[in-house]
Amino acid sequence: MSPLVAIGSEPLQLDRLIAAVTARAAESIGSDGAVVTFLGLVRNRNLGRRVLFLEYEAYDSLALKTFERISGEVDRRWPGVRLALHHRTGRVDVGHASVAIAAASPHRADAYAACRYTIERVKQIAPVWKREFFEGGDVWIEGATADPTDETARAEAERTACA
Amino acid sequence: MRVTIRLFARLREIAGAAEMAREVAPGATIGGVWRQLASEYPALGPYERSISSAVNADYARMDTELREGDEVAFLPPVSGG
Repeated sequence: MSPLVAIGSEPLQLDRLIAAVTARAAESIGSDGAVVTFLGLVRNRNLGRRVLFLEYEAYDSLALKTFERISGEVDRRWPGVRLALHHRTGRVDVGHASVAIAAASPHRADAYAACRYTIERVKQIAPVWKREFFEGGDVWIEGATADPTDETARAEAERTACA
Repeated sequence: MRVTIRLFARLREIAGAAEMAREVAPGATIGGVWRQLASEYPALGPYERSISSAVNADYARMDTELREGDEVAFLPPVSGG
């Protein structure tokens, strides 16, 4: 049985996330009407640089708790959605997935919104860092200062998800 | 009292270690540990306003008081996804 949240160096397998979110309790079997999935891929260009590969580092134990937190936020905002979130660490080559999300729901609108919300929140608060190796050098990418209690950021993620 | 400090990504590289043990004053806050660390590694200084911190793998504010044996982590701006 695949976990709903995970972080590690193994390649991501979307079918495992789909199996995890659609494994409902007996009384709920058949209640899903949609599964929306998202795969974040390593792109070959960034800011005009030719990207060779990315290397991801994470604070694993805090990352798992943060994924659970995001899952809890999704549950409060979109009750009935079941979410899976897996993130990869270590070297990830161009074209390969660094993050995978699946959201199952009775209705597609909630599944789409939950999926989008989740990737926005990962980028805001997950303790994960990418180092970009490009032709001619490498650089740590530094995005948002992580603050899970920042309601303004959370609301922005929700606005994006529901746009 | 003794605490374990964990550093990630660029902060880890600046200090040259992912984990270190440090003696700090009883009742020291996360912010106090950060200032001690930044005086030891001045290149950490510019991160003061953009870092997040955690205690025992839970996000925590800089004014959080630490206890003997705590694991305190400093996180540069995140870039997952």
